[in-house]
Amino acid sequence: MNSKDELRVLEDALQVINAKAKELGLDFYDMFFEICPADIIYTFGAYGMPTRFSHWTFGKAYHKMKTQYDYNLGRIYEMVINSNPCYAFLLEGNSIIQNKLVMAHVLAHCDFFKNNAYFKNTSRNMVESMASAAERFREYEFEFGRAKVESFIDAALSIQEHIEPRLMIKRGENLRKKRQKEKERTCHAERIETPYDDLWELEEARKDTSKDSEKVKKFPIEPEKDLMLFIIQHSKELEDWQRDIMSVIRQEMHYFWPQMETKIMNEGWATYWHLRIMRDIHLDETETIEFAKMHSGIIQTSRTRINPYTLGLKIFEDVEKRWDNPTPEERERYGRSGGEGKQKIFEIRANENDISFLRNYLTKELIEEMDLYLYKKVGNEWKVDEKDWEKVRDGLVSSMTNGGYPYITVQDGDYNKNGELYLKHHYEGTELDVYYIEKTIPYLHSLWGHTIHLETVLDNKSVLFSFNGEKSSKKFI
Amino acid sequence: MSDGDFVISREDWSLHRKGEIDRERHREKVREAIKKNLADIVSEESIIMHDGRKILKVPIRSLDEFHFRFDYGKQKHGGQGDGNSKKGDVVYTDPQKGQGKGKGAGEEPGVDYYEADVTIEELAEMIFEDLGLPNLEQKKKPELASESVEFKDVRKKGIASNIDRKRTIIEVIKRNALKGNPGLHGITPEDLRYKTWDNTYKYESSAVVLAMMDTSGSMGPFEKYIARSFFFWMVRFLRTKYNNVQIVFLAHHTEAKETTEEEFFTKGTSGGTRCSSVYKLALDVIEKRYSPQDYNIYAFHFSDGDNLVSDNDNCIKLINELLKVCNMVGYGEIEGAYYYTSTLRTAFKRVNNPKFTSVTIKDKSGVYPALKKFFNQTQGEAAN
Repeated sequence: MNSKDELRVLEDALQVINAKAKELGLDFYDMFFEICPADIIYTFGAYGMPTRFSHWTFGKAYHKMKTQYDYNLGRIYEMVINSNPCYAFLLEGNSIIQNKLVMAHVLAHCDFFKNNAYFKNTSRNMVESMASAAERFREYEFEFGRAKVESFIDAALSIQEHIEPRLMIKRGENLRKKRQKEKERTCHAERIETPYDDLWELEEARKDTSKDSEKVKKFPIEPEKDLMLFIIQHSKELEDWQRDIMSVIRQEMHYFWPQMETKIMNEGWATYWHLRIMRDIHLDETETIEFAKMHSGIIQTSRTRINPYTLGLKIFEDVEKRWDNPTPEERERYGRSGGEGKQKIFEIRANENDISFLRNYLTKELIEEMDLYLYKKVGNEWKVDEKDWEKVRDGLVSSMTNGGYPYITVQDGDYNKNGELYLKHHYEGTELDVYYIEKTIPYLHSLWGHTIHLETVLDNKSVLFSFNGEKSSKKFI
Repeated sequence: MSDGDFVISREDWSLHRKGEIDRERHREKVREAIKKNLADIVSEESIIMHDGRKILKVPIRSLDEFHFRFDYGKQKHGGQGDGNSKKGDVVYTDPQKGQGKGKGAGEEPGVDYYEADVTIEELAEMIFEDLGLPNLEQKKKPELASESVEFKDVRKKGIASNIDRKRTIIEVIKRNALKGNPGLHGITPEDLRYKTWDNTYKYESSAVVLAMMDTSGSMGPFEKYIARSFFFWMVRFLRTKYNNVQIVFLAHHTEAKETTEEEFFTKGTSGGTRCSSVYKLALDVIEKRYSPQDYNIYAFHFSDGDNLVSDNDNCIKLINELLKVCNMVGYGEIEGAYYYTSTLRTAFKRVNNPKFTSVTIKDKSGVYPALKKFFNQTQGEAAN
């Protein structure tokens, strides 16, 4: 089939799939599908976005993905971008049936982006803002030298996970509201008002006073989680272009954060829908076989990791079943009348994130049926350590807390009255990687300009790691 | 367009090179990191024992993307069994080799996330970048080749200075004869013939390297390993950089014998040590097969220095003999678990000749400096 014919076939198929998805209740933005060669898909996969700035770490990720593809060890079939309109990229060389599955899958992703609460405040024109940031970074390279910009990005990336996602949501919200008010005061607010809005205002009021009284002894007044922001605002070391780079990286992290915290749901949702849609449209015998093959590849399980596609799918299917046919007890206790399965899963997709999704809907029966476990290292071996369903569930949930990253706050920005930065890791049972601490702190030092301290726990004792620009040290406190 | 509409298209992506460009930058950084760590990498087991694999995994740590993260080995991770998993089941076993190489972080347990792929050729190129045979001299017997130009072919086009007169005249005579007017007269442009050249190899100097290794009982696995990694790179280096260098492998304990390359790198022996035996053999080989007039001769000996004390004087005498016929003699002493006060190296302090170089290797990272010291091209010039 030549590429023109292929495009026509895909267009026809998409027509059918699109109509079917809408009929089944999916609600998505306008879609731009684009067929592109493998290296392009892998570029997008590695960068998270086609237009993102350049850096060797993306080259490294790209290399890894590309190599896996070249050696047939794994492949990405599609990429979807959370934007409005929504961009989706199909892999050139996919068979028609593969692309049909992918299109069904992608429509569900877009539905998720559009309707899940955690995406409510993500910027939908990130394609453009990332492109313009990339352009600025290129200019900085011309102006300040490539090596200098590169090593600054190295440093900024080393703490990119340390942001406060919720704070951003609120601030973005306020900004938008303000702008709206300034504009005309006619449109209704984008966000639906809730009875709890006054709580947000309290938070905001506290923030404001903290700003007014910066001369107060303690700095910051309350520990701050957004290390990126703290440094952007208070470092005396940074030049404007460096602040810009940090702000961009922080903003991009905010954009990606909801994707990280809804990975299982989002993939489960997309898998759930590609199954339903493909079952509903006409496939001939070979197509059916090929579809089954591809689908089973997607949901293949592994002894060493949880497949988000499978886990998410299983939970959605289980919820649907249970809300369609509640037990007599559930009918009585929760007032479930039956037949509410669809409604319930749509409700979940709108309101939950992975943590609440697992906490609320990953049942004992599912954990046992799927044979989920926790394992850990014992000598040279990694052994199953936990089979008790509650512990397995809680273990999975806790590994997702804060996006799976250590929770670190700024305790003091003027430690020893000397401009030193004192950070604290809020230890919750898992130690940090010491080698990585010792390699990361120097990056922080280059951003802050003064001695950096990090308090954490090793062997149940509090430890303080410090780096003063020349030496690192470690002492028990 | 109302929500939920779609467009499907195919663009020309052939100019989109972003991923490739950053990948290239990553590769550059990998190479920089490898270069910085050459001393450690040169004596990596996985390289010396690479058994013909093309791609090597080289451990480098400076390319990690550092951030605060949990200790992977102390975390509990989620997995999914086939339905019957029990507490205590082994999910995965870390590969035994590479112990102590770090804490096995990464996405999969036991994956060495900081290993970079590099071909042995690339690595060799970096290692050999500034190595060369010192004191190389022009010798009579033409075996070491270098490139030169040779006129071999005749064509109808060319430059005036390359006109082949003889061929041109033949053409004139032929043409005139065919026209029925024989004789040499009236050269036309069509008659002109030109010589053209080919690139060829010119043989000028040749070299032989005598690789001598102590295989006595006191040479433990570590000492042998060090000696072998040195010779591994030496052999590779000589074959990469020079077209026709010959390598003679000599192994010894109390007695010396010539071995094949394979035996040299694989076989171990035991027994006492008499280093003079191998020097004696080297001199015999040179006398019989490699006349110093025809060859640049290099002799390298690796030992733990644990020699019969009574033999040391003899060694010095023979080394001096060797120095008369060799461009360079190198002695590498591997300081192993035992420390000897009176070693061959101490004795060799009495050898006073700029063509004699000795190094001591204490650990794996000493192999690369030894290579650099022995194959430092400028050293001879400095000494002369």
